[in-house]
Amino acid sequence: MADPDSFGRAMDVSEPIRPPGRLGGRRGRCLLTTAAALIAGGLLASGCAAEAEAPVLTWYMNPDDGGQQMLAERCTQEADGRYRIEASLLPRDAPQQREQLARRLAAGDTSMDIMSIDPPFIPELAEPDFLAPVPEDVAEATTQDTLDGALAGAQWNDELVTIPFWANTQLLWYRESVVEEAGLDMSGPVTWEQVMDVAAEQDKHLGVQGIRAESMTVWVNALIASQDEQIIEDPSAPAGEISTTLDSPAGTAAAEILARIGDEGLGGPGIASMDENQSMLLFQGEQGSFMVNWPFVWAATNAAAEEGTIDAEVPEDIGWAQYPRVDEGTPSAPPLGGINLGVGADSEHPDLAYEAVECIVRPEHQAEYFVTNGNPPSSAEAFEDPRIAEDYPMADAIRESLENAAPRPQTPYYNEISTTIQEHYTPLDEIDPESTPAEADEYVIDVLRGERLL
Amino acid sequence: MTTAAENPAPARRRRRAGRSARGRAEVRLGWLLAGPAFLIMLSVTAYPIAQAIFDSLFSFRLTAPGDREFVGVGNYLTIFTDPVFWQSLGVTVLVTVVTVAVELVLGFGLALVMHRALKALRGMLRTAILVPYGIITVVSAFAWYYMFDINSGFINVWFDWVPGIGADLDWFAQFPTAITVIMASEIWKTTPFIALLLLAGLAQVPDELLEAARVDGATWRQQMARVTIPNMKAAIMVAVLFRALDAFRIFDNVFIMTNGSAGTEVLSMLAYKTSISRLEIGMGSAISVVLFACVLLICWIAIRFFKVDLASGTDAKPTGGKK
Repeated sequence: MADPDSFGRAMDVSEPIRPPGRLGGRRGRCLLTTAAALIAGGLLASGCAAEAEAPVLTWYMNPDDGGQQMLAERCTQEADGRYRIEASLLPRDAPQQREQLARRLAAGDTSMDIMSIDPPFIPELAEPDFLAPVPEDVAEATTQDTLDGALAGAQWNDELVTIPFWANTQLLWYRESVVEEAGLDMSGPVTWEQVMDVAAEQDKHLGVQGIRAESMTVWVNALIASQDEQIIEDPSAPAGEISTTLDSPAGTAAAEILARIGDEGLGGPGIASMDENQSMLLFQGEQGSFMVNWPFVWAATNAAAEEGTIDAEVPEDIGWAQYPRVDEGTPSAPPLGGINLGVGADSEHPDLAYEAVECIVRPEHQAEYFVTNGNPPSSAEAFEDPRIAEDYPMADAIRESLENAAPRPQTPYYNEISTTIQEHYTPLDEIDPESTPAEADEYVIDVLRGERLL
Repeated sequence: MTTAAENPAPARRRRRAGRSARGRAEVRLGWLLAGPAFLIMLSVTAYPIAQAIFDSLFSFRLTAPGDREFVGVGNYLTIFTDPVFWQSLGVTVLVTVVTVAVELVLGFGLALVMHRALKALRGMLRTAILVPYGIITVVSAFAWYYMFDINSGFINVWFDWVPGIGADLDWFAQFPTAITVIMASEIWKTTPFIALLLLAGLAQVPDELLEAARVDGATWRQQMARVTIPNMKAAIMVAVLFRALDAFRIFDNVFIMTNGSAGTEVLSMLAYKTSISRLEIGMGSAISVVLFACVLLICWIAIRFFKVDLASGTDAKPTGGKK
């Protein structure tokens, strides 16, 4: 209504081409092929009869390097005709993935058999019962050795509502040469203050994500969680009663770190458009010093060095450590990301879908997915795979980080809270630790009561 | 041309005076021809509009279907008392006014060039001028974004001799520069559209009038001000109206370049964020309805005060008659 034309165009960028619902499945296509064959006059065997017997499970997956597609094929083979998994690609951007999943689920789309879901969006989909309940045996089989952080992200109201697939976390990456020159000992935990001091002294830039995007909430949440606090007091409270605790000693300390990076320009001149990828590029360059980022940077940096787009010696100069602390004495709580698998409540084959999920998340599959796609497993057993240690020398650090990782606020209203944080905490140099947290708190309350726009 | 000769009043009287059998048949044929299109238009526009108006009276979140609640005009009250709405309305109006004004001037220049160009060059010239308009907005938005992007753009390098521009300038970090890039991209892309509409208007100016003016010794400036522009007033108004409506609904450029940060959020972006990102169908519908009302208002102002006649493409009133 507002502008169908440009809305349509804007969304075409990311939406999958295949239409939803029953007709989208294999059967629909078979009908069409048969009809086409009839029209053409040739009654050739279309091969539909045999395939139509195997129910088609649609897996809505986030784009990756083809790893999920590969697992879909492998599990289809293993199922031996009991089901077939067909992939449907979601948009690249996590919030847009959520939008599409939520819209389809709310509309009762029956093709939502398996979904790759980013953990912070799980409560929003679990609360209105959009997800099919996890059968007990599946829950038991798939979460025996799940790392704590990943398991916490798969639950809502103390109940497992999705199956952890892969888990992501951020490490502190550093350039050995910079650290050496500054004389900073990286063998033990370091604090944000130390990191910022070194960058300021050495006149280098920090690889942090200052863009107005989901990564801002990831950062703010990690800073507060690293002080043993959380952003929401009572995550399961109804909309009108949810309040955030950004205006607290922990919230102020977090804001002070962000404000200092902004005021002193420690993130470089392009901080306002710095996302995960841009901060990696900054880190690879001459100004690089420290960076907080997901493990994908390791594979990406090595690939860039091999291709010759960056200096071949850069990978050797890169070290890693646990996410920086806020207080010296409190262990850090690194960000938690990753993907969990959910089954839609309106799926026509929930049992088969859970059977397929069980196959997908098997530890050896998780290990293979890590090696081929760079996304760390959520299962402890998968980390034992010998291939992992070979390709990812920091696998132990990732595993440790996943054990300490804290999920982002788990509430059905996550989107509102995240957007408010993003709007109030960007640009970094406009953060005032005295007033910004309190304003954000107040804003969240007003928005959730429906008294303000966002 | 018959611009000055036609007078709508007698025509109406004639129609009322009594229709002949042939007249009635023509009316019937008219309805038969236009009817299906009319019905389809009605079903694809009236239904969603009615649905949006209905939804806008509820507090309704897509992921909380059970909590749907009738709030009457509550959503509208929230909208009209919220600075976020006024801010985005202000940005939208700014973008509309600036881009339409600049495009009108540039478009007129381009139209003159196309009009005057030698026959041999005309085809190629028109094609060249139309290229930006043929590019998908999202694509052009990305092109402009990467041009100005602090990390990968070349503008900061090429123009570092201009005071204020340098390697450290992040165009999308503050409002003045961000909105400038957004508007520049919008202008670059849609000026050809205005130019084309104005070219059609220029072609309608009778050569005899210009010749007569020339014979009377009118300078080029006088010919423009007294003959050309008054005679193409209708075309200008149509171009302005179309572009104003279009510019008011700007979305793609902002979505790609800043996604609303640095205070560049426009009205359609606010509607999108509320109904698509926040899944607040009620509030989102209310914003959409307000946006729709604004568009209607622009139409009404244009037709009521500037007497844009969309049906004939020419001015309804004789242009020379007022003197």
